[in-house]
Amino acid sequence: MLSFLLDPLQYTFMLRALAAAALVGGVCAVVGAFVVLRGMAFFGDALAHAILPGVAVAYLWGGAEGPLFWGALGAALATALGIGAVTRGGRVRDDTAIGVIFAGMFALGIALISALRSYSGDLAHILFGNILAITDADLWLIVGFGGLVLLGVLAFYKELVVISFDPTHAASMRLPAEALRYLLLVLVAVTVVVALKTIGAGLMTAMLLTPAATAALLTKRLPRLVLIAAFIGAGSGVVGLYLSYYVALASGAAIVLVVTACFLMVWGGQAIQRQMTAR
Amino acid sequence: MTVHAALQLVNVSAEYAPGQRVLDEVSFSIAHGERVAIVGPNGAGKSTLFKVIVGLMPHLTGDVLVHDHSHHAGDCPSIGYVPQKEAVDWNFPLTVLDVALMGRVKELGWLRFPSRKDREAARECLHQVGLADLAEQPISALSGGQQQRLFIARALTQRADVLLLDEPFSGVDVEAQNAIFSILDDLCARGVTVLISTHDLQTATTRFDRLLLLNHRLLADGPARSALTPEQLAMAYGGRLTFWQNGQPVTVTTDDGCP
Repeated sequence: MLSFLLDPLQYTFMLRALAAAALVGGVCAVVGAFVVLRGMAFFGDALAHAILPGVAVAYLWGGAEGPLFWGALGAALATALGIGAVTRGGRVRDDTAIGVIFAGMFALGIALISALRSYSGDLAHILFGNILAITDADLWLIVGFGGLVLLGVLAFYKELVVISFDPTHAASMRLPAEALRYLLLVLVAVTVVVALKTIGAGLMTAMLLTPAATAALLTKRLPRLVLIAAFIGAGSGVVGLYLSYYVALASGAAIVLVVTACFLMVWGGQAIQRQMTAR
Repeated sequence: MTVHAALQLVNVSAEYAPGQRVLDEVSFSIAHGERVAIVGPNGAGKSTLFKVIVGLMPHLTGDVLVHDHSHHAGDCPSIGYVPQKEAVDWNFPLTVLDVALMGRVKELGWLRFPSRKDREAARECLHQVGLADLAEQPISALSGGQQQRLFIARALTQRADVLLLDEPFSGVDVEAQNAIFSILDDLCARGVTVLISTHDLQTATTRFDRLLLLNHRLLADGPARSALTPEQLAMAYGGRLTFWQNGQPVTVTTDDGCP
């Protein structure tokens, strides 16, 4: 049993991957709690796809070793602020604005990539992650920006809760509700970029939503919900990576399958419990 | 001139889109500790009026004064806004105390968490609305009337002494309605000024000393008997309207809406 756990650890790339999976799982889950509570699921998914042109431009600039992280960050922030601006004042419905901008950005990314033939393999990595290729530099970016996101959530926790629960009340207290709304969008954007290489754009939604959705079934208290979600997210990252090591599965998919299994077990367990008590 | 008005509106106009005026030169003044109901048909601008007063919506002309401080000044005291209970998701994972504490968020300032003192203040406000025993319960466990009372407690932790309640009686039963009234009685006795919007003329005429009748313009302002004459009601509501007065149904009919 012990060797089962320790064997993969002899490889440095596995150590880095495990650290990345746990960190990314945790950060995604914490921010995801607010994504779930504010009903921003579509926004998170859209952002993950909208970073494609940023990555493509960075790739054009410097190839596979180019500043992909920074390209993604630029595109994510531009998209988040763009969606924020278009939805402001309620002239365009939120989901419509998100759909318009996200599809446009994704198309731009594919157009740029299609101009580069050699890129198809790397495109798969962007969509589904490439956790085993995480370098020390990548890990530091994850630690740095993931830490920044967690600090941001902690520092503005009470304000973020107020604008999530009742934005009208926030504005009536003269809190800068608009600025806080943008802050949340930016936090989601940075999170998506931090998780890009670990999870990939295609499966990002799962890491944002599923841990928080699972935790929401388990508790009615927000601080506890955030902690449980972080634990589920980080734990699923680690368990999923072991699973992918032994069963030879794509790592991103394995992690997402584990977290989905968590959700289904809790949801199913509670459904069975209700049946039993109803009888 | 009023000596000291808790809330004063001077020629306030607002519009949704250019040319689409929702509020037209509305002026009134509410004294410290007064309890006033604002009535009018759906779409009369009641909610808009509240949004303008609270600062959620800009106004075109005029000014809103809270304790003689203009709205636009930085030192304007905050107003407690009690929205309709449907405005939020009651499955949100928060306790009753969490929501009451939200009233303190602005005053606490950035980067600070509520202290024990803040918690005690919030519990005291919950006590005032009769929810002290439910402080640790999730808000999803509350009834409609309790939800409304929790919103009042949140406004009280904000230390606002002017409260605006948006349709607090819609969708709550008579018992809950009485509970809210007894809270309002307490508040008025302590000098809290309360402005309530309602479309329920019955409640408004029987339980408020002063009514404001609004339909884009302020049509009447005064005690129920003089503010709600059949003619004025017809002007506000148009068409055909039946309501009870002194135990008798009174039907008002006009040919066209606004003369």
